[in-house]
Amino acid sequence: MTQLEKKVIALLKDDARRSYSEIATLLGVEENQIKTIVTDLEKQGIIVKYSAIINTEKTGEDYVDALIEVKCTPQARSGFDAIAKEIYKFPEVKSVYLMSGTYDLCIQLESKTVRDVSLFVSERLSTIDSVTGTATHFIMKQYKEGGVVLNDETDRRSDGNT
Amino acid sequence: MDYTKYLNKTALGIKPSGIRKFFDLASERKDIISLGVGEPDFDTPWVARDNAIKIIKKGYTQYTGNAGLPKLRELICKYYLDRYGVKYSPNECLVTVGASEAIDITLRAIVNPGEEVLVPEPSYVSYCPCVQLAGGIPVAVPCYAKDNFSLTADTLKKYITDKTKAIILPYPNNPTGAIMEEDGLKEIAKVIIEKDILVISDEIYSELTYNEKGHVSIASISGMQERTIVINGFSKAFSMTGWRLGYLLAPLEIFEVIKKIHQYGIICAPTISQYAGISMLEESFSDDFNSVNEMKSEYDMRRRYCVSRLNKMGLTCFEPKGAFYVFPSVEKLNMSSDEFATTLLEEKGVAVVPGSAFVNGDCSFIRISYAYSLKQLEKALDIIEEFVKEKTK
Repeated sequence: MTQLEKKVIALLKDDARRSYSEIATLLGVEENQIKTIVTDLEKQGIIVKYSAIINTEKTGEDYVDALIEVKCTPQARSGFDAIAKEIYKFPEVKSVYLMSGTYDLCIQLESKTVRDVSLFVSERLSTIDSVTGTATHFIMKQYKEGGVVLNDETDRRSDGNT
Repeated sequence: MDYTKYLNKTALGIKPSGIRKFFDLASERKDIISLGVGEPDFDTPWVARDNAIKIIKKGYTQYTGNAGLPKLRELICKYYLDRYGVKYSPNECLVTVGASEAIDITLRAIVNPGEEVLVPEPSYVSYCPCVQLAGGIPVAVPCYAKDNFSLTADTLKKYITDKTKAIILPYPNNPTGAIMEEDGLKEIAKVIIEKDILVISDEIYSELTYNEKGHVSIASISGMQERTIVINGFSKAFSMTGWRLGYLLAPLEIFEVIKKIHQYGIICAPTISQYAGISMLEESFSDDFNSVNEMKSEYDMRRRYCVSRLNKMGLTCFEPKGAFYVFPSVEKLNMSSDEFATTLLEEKGVAVVPGSAFVNGDCSFIRISYAYSLKQLEKALDIIEEFVKEKTK
């Protein structure tokens, strides 16, 4: 990837709603060049999707975020991939990662209530044959999400005299 | 009790800082969006903070030698040689309490009562008071928008008299963001050598130079090192404002006299900050100034953003190549800089510094600092755009 492509990605990761023209101004290049780069990145599947970061506490909606550690027995040919696939097909599963360390898969779950999470674990997850154990952790507070500090600190600068 | 008779006449006569004045006004209101602060919004890199903590734990909390830690002075000399091609011996390097102290004690070391010191205008607010406190007479040398606020040899010539002792060369410039290109420096160097005056080159923003060539120190121009006192520091290059760590580089004979003033007035720069400075420079050399360059490229994006937005809304602004300020003209609104800044603050709650803080009298420019996140710049510039539209109706 070129330096310019990397810079474009960094700017879009920071704010996906930036226009071609704004990115062009920020990087000091022509707008057309940015358009070509972004279209290419989308085509190559490098930019997968543009989404918003939500401060869920402020929405007033019920929500429960949970991280679930899953221990499982890898399968003969597909290793962990087939198990992961079986898990990620559920819409409430936000992300699935294969982990190093004491457990195998990490699931991020987005639900409305604690009961939803319990049902997911007891009825969907633990019924998968190769799953040998789970540990569920509820997220109690969001501090930083997608690189953004949600309740940002105030500016400590005192306006000195410079 | 009338205190005036007890106080020093020169100190009494110094006018309060225009920046301070404006922020006092701004502090009366809450919910202000400020584009006024002349201080980096980045935290000091971790390596410096971490080393400072270690140094405190080790108990290295005594004074250092007057001139500063030898290791730090060696590194500063290496820095000037590597970055700007000027060779100094550590014996010509004095570590100071910020570049501010360096400006003050340099002026006190060279100025005799009644001698004149040239100060390009607009410039940072502390030069003229420091000249006055040193017994000298500050003489403003105007720099013009048509020259992108650089100093030209022709203008300089007009202001040199037989009383002129030195010129302060503040580039990259606060508040205009102007820099001096090498050719321009060569031209003014000729005049300076011919007229036999000294140069105090305040290069505090040297790392924040956004052209390909980068910062050029006047000390690197042939014949200039022997008559230049270079002043720089860690505040802007490494976001270390609160550490109060600066330095100066000067020919040995000048250095010795400056050091005397430093030794009696200050003793030494803060020891912990000096150790932090050592680790900051060592780290920068080892990663080839990568973190400095990353910070600079972030500032550079904001710079282009501000210039583009301001010009689009009709606040004409040349493309500044240094520091973290843009200096747009508000002439189009038929307002003075004071009027613009005050009305903008009162009506819209956005704080910018009027150009009047940096000149004698008023002018039609305002200073916008881009030491703020793009998000905050966008928010503030949207409001300024709305304000400009309303006022041009």
